[in-house]
Amino acid sequence: MIRRALILYALFFGLVLIVGWTMGAPFTARLLVETAAYALIALGLNIQWGYGGLFNFGILGLVMLGGFAVTAMAMPVSTAFWGSDGPWLIGRAIIAAGIGALLIIGAGRLDRIGFSRGWKRTFQVLAWIVAYIGFRTQIDPAVESIESSVRWIGGLGLPSWVGWIFGGVLAAGVAWLIGKVTLGLRSDYLAIATIGIAEIIRALIKNMEWLTRGTLTVSPVPWPVPLPQAYQADGISVTDSFVYARAGYLILVVAVLVAALLLVQRAYAGPWGRMMRAIRDNYIAAGAMGKDVRARQLQLFVLGSALIGIGGAMLTSFTQIYDPSGYQTIDHTFLIWVMVIVGGAGNNFGAVFGGMLIYLVWVMSEPVSQWLFTRLSDWFVSLGWAPIPEIASRALQMRVFVLGLVIVLALRYAPRGLIPEVTGRTRLDEKPTTKTESPDPA
Amino acid sequence: MNEAIFFLNNAVVPGLVIGSIYALGAVGITLIYGILRFAHFAHGDLMTMGGFVSYLLAIGLAGIGVSTTFPVAYLILPVAIAITAVAALAIDRMFYAPLRARGVKPVTLLVASIGVTMMIQGLIRLFFGTGTYNFFEATPKVIHQIRLPIEGVTRPISFTQPQVVMVLVTVAVVIALHFFLTRSRFGKAMRAVSDNADLAQVSGINLRMVVRITWIIAGGLACLAGTMLALDVTLKPDLAFNIILPIFAAAIVGGVGQVYGAIAGGYLIGFAESLSVFNWAVLLRPFRDQLPDWLPTNLAIVPTEYKLTVAFVILVITLLVRPTGIFRGASL
Amino acid sequence: MSLIELRSIVAGYGGAPILHGVDIAIDQSDIGVVVGPNGAGKSTTLKAVFGLLTVTAGSIVFDGADITNARSDRLVPMGLSYVPQEKNIFPTMSVEENLEMGAFIRRDDFSGSLASVYEMFPPLKEKRRQKAGELSGGQRQMVAIGRALMSRPRLLMLDEPSAGLSPRYVLEIFERIVAINKSGVGILMVEQNARQALQIASRGFVLAAGQNRFTGTGRELLDDPEVAKSFLGGAVPA
Repeated sequence: MIRRALILYALFFGLVLIVGWTMGAPFTARLLVETAAYALIALGLNIQWGYGGLFNFGILGLVMLGGFAVTAMAMPVSTAFWGSDGPWLIGRAIIAAGIGALLIIGAGRLDRIGFSRGWKRTFQVLAWIVAYIGFRTQIDPAVESIESSVRWIGGLGLPSWVGWIFGGVLAAGVAWLIGKVTLGLRSDYLAIATIGIAEIIRALIKNMEWLTRGTLTVSPVPWPVPLPQAYQADGISVTDSFVYARAGYLILVVAVLVAALLLVQRAYAGPWGRMMRAIRDNYIAAGAMGKDVRARQLQLFVLGSALIGIGGAMLTSFTQIYDPSGYQTIDHTFLIWVMVIVGGAGNNFGAVFGGMLIYLVWVMSEPVSQWLFTRLSDWFVSLGWAPIPEIASRALQMRVFVLGLVIVLALRYAPRGLIPEVTGRTRLDEKPTTKTESPDPA
Repeated sequence: MNEAIFFLNNAVVPGLVIGSIYALGAVGITLIYGILRFAHFAHGDLMTMGGFVSYLLAIGLAGIGVSTTFPVAYLILPVAIAITAVAALAIDRMFYAPLRARGVKPVTLLVASIGVTMMIQGLIRLFFGTGTYNFFEATPKVIHQIRLPIEGVTRPISFTQPQVVMVLVTVAVVIALHFFLTRSRFGKAMRAVSDNADLAQVSGINLRMVVRITWIIAGGLACLAGTMLALDVTLKPDLAFNIILPIFAAAIVGGVGQVYGAIAGGYLIGFAESLSVFNWAVLLRPFRDQLPDWLPTNLAIVPTEYKLTVAFVILVITLLVRPTGIFRGASL
Repeated sequence: MSLIELRSIVAGYGGAPILHGVDIAIDQSDIGVVVGPNGAGKSTTLKAVFGLLTVTAGSIVFDGADITNARSDRLVPMGLSYVPQEKNIFPTMSVEENLEMGAFIRRDDFSGSLASVYEMFPPLKEKRRQKAGELSGGQRQMVAIGRALMSRPRLLMLDEPSAGLSPRYVLEIFERIVAINKSGVGILMVEQNARQALQIASRGFVLAAGQNRFTGTGRELLDDPEVAKSFLGGAVPA
């Protein structure tokens, strides 16, 4: 197994060398940075799904939260906002939200002071309505005032790496909330619920212009390491400056990835990991043995989400622009799933490898199909047919198809992934525990 | 009275129309869940594919010089439905049946259907790009306007011809489906499989046949819904990808596996969306002199830009409060 | 020639086999009863006949035709019918629809069979529009047996038809089974209620650990002191 992993990693770096040779060093440096960030995100999903069997299809939302966290921390302070009555208005809205939350929590406890269940329900619904209306009466004028005067509230002017940490914390906090309410759901319902929640997060980030600047986008997000421009100021050529700067960034990202990988690996090999595997493979038995299954699953969900948030933060600060409309379910949720399925769920090295390999395939399938289409088009022309129109935009779409094909092929032919989990079974290869007849027996 | 008509035109009609589309999609999702026990995520793309099949047939027909006074899409719809149903069968044979034969968990099939989603979407975008297409380039969309013969009413009730067709077709489909499931031999067999697949098998019911019928119905309804949606708005490669979650919400709210629940869920989600972004202040306009002036001019329950999230919020609340849906149980 | 003959069946759920060579043969006039302790492979034997698990060695012959590992939807048209122990009804379908599903393979008019099932189980006629899932345990069992009879089987296989029923219903169900057998349907059933079941059996089979231990008529097995001691819970009552 270790030999197999080593060979696969060696093959990957061979592929990177080929890419470097054909596409140039700056492109490759960019690719590697993004690859490492995606590998971290894949590691996060592996903790949730590979360790915990939790079907998180809300990765998109967590990645977006990570990106937002960087802009909130690292963008310069907006003196115009802090000088206006904006903070006061926002403060009032926060107070209204707090009062609303208290109302809702209070209504949920009415049964303790002798109210019947029916009355409790009624008051709970009323509390939600009152809280919502109360919040809207405060937030609507605040939003209007901020968006018409200072546009948005700006950042806190802190270093970029603080944003990374905050990205992890924010994603973990939101994941705690999500997990608290959804982790009791059956696997396929959990998948659909998390997709839904991610869409809600996306809609909020996209439309809360006062907070996130929405589709107006935030840029330039600062780097935690010197930018290419800094190298250029020292008289280094433009191409080299990109390579140097990106290499610096790469070192930082890889350091985070390796640290996370080692920590997670160490924890998983110990008693904690054994307990987690036991819960995943038979949560009923584990629950009967006195393990608090829900609390453990929540732990995994929060931990994995923190890594996903950090990964999202690193991606945003790298591209220097935060554009909520650039986030797509395919690119930020399904892609990660393919990474973990292909790499090998339950195996951290597998997930990281899957993250790197699939990102490479994802990025490279565009130029490769463009090359193929151009050849094909030339051949059509030589046959006297019309050339293929709009090759560039069509080539971009090929990668969606390729990714879909990879999913179904992997599920069918390598359900345990390229670097499978060492012990036990993976989630996708397992027979259902309750015996049900397959609708079409072989 | 003008305000009531405004409400009708801007809240009731859109709710009815989008509700019909959700209902048709949700019935397919719920049938597949009832028989095959998995959440078919690629259903939205089956709808898009159906829309594009209709579009190709329509321009093909126009190309050979057929011209009609009504949108040619109605004419080719049966053919498009047949093609989409065959495509659904082929997808099942190629991608889902081998996994089922191995006895994988339902959620593995869900993941596989996400793969299928991406393949269909990739192919559609490959051939059609990312632009929008319109059925009404040759013949303009007919808009019906009904003016009420009442004093002081200036605003007509208005809706388009495809909207009328869509609602009527949905009603017809629901009735046909009802009779199929309660009267026909294979319809009852489908309910039997959904109820107890093992027992259906030992009763001599051919499960493969039932699976095939399920895909034919689900694929056909998807094509219908996709074409109708394309006729109502425009045809885009990501047309249905955006409504797959409301459709899931409709199926879950209605109780997964429950056909009538899915229909009710479809309209519920459709109306919830249109009513929650409707500006209720409009209805208060006749009383504006009596109203206090601190009342805001926009009284929509949620801002328009959050329209899509309404379905998700309903979905999440349903999953948390009553995961079995309004119509309890998982059977047809 | 026997109606059905199991010759040295070895079968299981994919792992280690549960049946290690089971032999059973009954005629159309027989009521065959399979008894034995928990885990002996009684239900597994019926499932193996009905193609619900894989037979790895031995053969099953029904009316001269080899049906080893045949798919269940092929067996029903041949004249086999099976009533599982649990989940043997379609709960959200009406009683009549349940019976119709039993006749799924028949393309002829099955109203005669429907009438005779209602005649055999009068409570079902009253409740024929009601959902089967809303019936009592005994009535559900009637629906399950009625459903299996709708395909006009020559062999009816029942997996613990008396399980979970009150003593009154146990007697009634056994009476019905005898009546069904009199009408010319071979019966092969598995029972926990061994003593009572063997009293109506013309052929009895005692299984233990996936193998035949004793075979004989019902009376012979009941009278055999060793069978009584090991499998019927004590000596034969005087």
